Amino acid sequence: MRIVRRHLFPILIAALLLAFVSSLFIGRFPSPYWMPPTLLQENELARQLVFNLRLPRILVAVLLGMALAGAGAVMQMIFRNPLVEPGFLGVSQGAGFGAALAIITLSNAPLVVEFFAALFATLGLALSYLLARHFRYGGSILRLVLAGIAVSALFSAGIGILKFVADPLKQLPEITFWLLGGLWSVTWNDVTHIAPIVLPALAIIWLMRWRLNLLSLSDETAFSLGVSVGRERTLLLAVSVIATAAVVAVAGIVGWIGLIVPHIARRITGTDAQYSVPAAMLIGGIFALVCDDLARAWFAAEIPLGILTSLFGALGFAAIMLRPASEAHQ
Amino acid sequence: MNAPPILSLADLQFGYVQASPVLRGVSLDVPPGTITAILGPNGVGKTTLLRIILGLLKPHAGKILLDGKSQADYSRWEMSRLIGLVPQSEYIPFDFSVLEFVLLGRAPYLGPLDLPRAQDRARARDALRAMGLEHLRERAAPSLSGGERQLAMVARALAQQPRVLLLDEPTAHLDLSNRDRVLNVLRAQARAGVTIVFTTHDPNLVAAVAGYVVLMRQGALLAAGALDATLTEGNLTATYGIPVRVMRWDGRLFVTS
Repeated sequence: MRIVRRHLFPILIAALLLAFVSSLFIGRFPSPYWMPPTLLQENELARQLVFNLRLPRILVAVLLGMALAGAGAVMQMIFRNPLVEPGFLGVSQGAGFGAALAIITLSNAPLVVEFFAALFATLGLALSYLLARHFRYGGSILRLVLAGIAVSALFSAGIGILKFVADPLKQLPEITFWLLGGLWSVTWNDVTHIAPIVLPALAIIWLMRWRLNLLSLSDETAFSLGVSVGRERTLLLAVSVIATAAVVAVAGIVGWIGLIVPHIARRITGTDAQYSVPAAMLIGGIFALVCDDLARAWFAAEIPLGILTSLFGALGFAAIMLRPASEAHQ
Repeated sequence: MNAPPILSLADLQFGYVQASPVLRGVSLDVPPGTITAILGPNGVGKTTLLRIILGLLKPHAGKILLDGKSQADYSRWEMSRLIGLVPQSEYIPFDFSVLEFVLLGRAPYLGPLDLPRAQDRARARDALRAMGLEHLRERAAPSLSGGERQLAMVARALAQQPRVLLLDEPTAHLDLSNRDRVLNVLRAQARAGVTIVFTTHDPNLVAAVAGYVVLMRQGALLAAGALDATLTEGNLTATYGIPVRVMRWDGRLFVTS
């Protein structure tokens, strides 16, 4: 599959726009799967539905996919490890713990749950970072990985305890559904909360995309090529994790996008982050949007988004890894 | 050594742990456009010395002047245009193509937000050609053999166009013809005015290419100076701690134990 890089980006952008526009008309109203666009002119309810429910949800789905895939691509390169995903520094499990805590002790109102999720996602990150600074084993990268694993395990144990004490009829289903990830509660408020965080973060990652290649080299080599390794790595890690925390707080734990989409992107464009990072963002946006369309339109009841991203992510990943690598290096 | 030195080290002291110093009072002047070899047994502090010249490690005491200016007065970015490094080995975690890998050597000429330009790609291709790697430019760098990878690292340093080129054991993984290729490139670079400093544990490599030689033993300089005067049986025997013979054949020195 020789896709010349020149042609790839117009194709991906067109695909994202197409998915975006058609998603406005996909759903269960007025009948399953498709709403005729002309209905917008005739029906006030259709207008309300499309502009107040579907549009913000579509925007958040795209931001979610772009942020997770972009952050995943950055972290895999910086950690020189293709198995890293953007929530692993205590962010995902921290958010899950915060959400479960809010549901049990306060309320299941989306704003409360999101606030607690964001709070504990940040706390998870801070804890991983502080712990890594005091570890007495390995280099800075390895210490962060180990601290992230420890903090994630800690929060995951906390989630287990909260699930154990939760009311099995009311609270436990809420917690489980949140942990599986989904965008059913998204409103325009969420768009205005996360867009100012996610968009600048994506812009910084996009602008520094070639530089990211240098950060995947050994510290010694990167240093000799003029890179201020510590400073640049911290900046890119920080914007990636903050963008991840913002979308996870709204969407819950949507797995596999941040892990698998960067692999798919590198498979298509080659490793060079100048191409693979923007490709990952675009593919991530398309992928999350299509999965969310299925989540809300496939059955009368909503399917948790995280289940679909895992299902199709894993299948797509296996399919693309079975093909020979692209030779599109020009 | 008449021209003012491009690299001047004065009484450098360094240790990874306080109790056991790795470098003990190293002083050295390197004139521009010369090839200088740092020769000594394994684990004597040669790589450490290169890292200190590069600025990656800070000496506990001593002074480093680069082109007459203190090393501390250079920004990271300025330094990367002045000094290039070919490390002894390098782990490449992702499937960069060889061309993409060599192109990373252009980073010192690009701002943090810049993308490589056409002239950067041209430089990278020139460097690949100089190292005889043009036919491998689309190959995944991690799939190269040890020797090819070493050539690719030299190519990346050539693309960097530094005024001082540091090489750590540059021919360790190379067969005879590739070793010859690297030595010819080093000679050509020196003729073009680039200062070459390389480490090795192989006295015959020194004899083949270097104009100046620095002999190290246990973190200190045993001797330093022009090749013929320094690569002597007495000095080498003291460096390696075993009897060493130096022979001259066809105008060249050969060293054997």
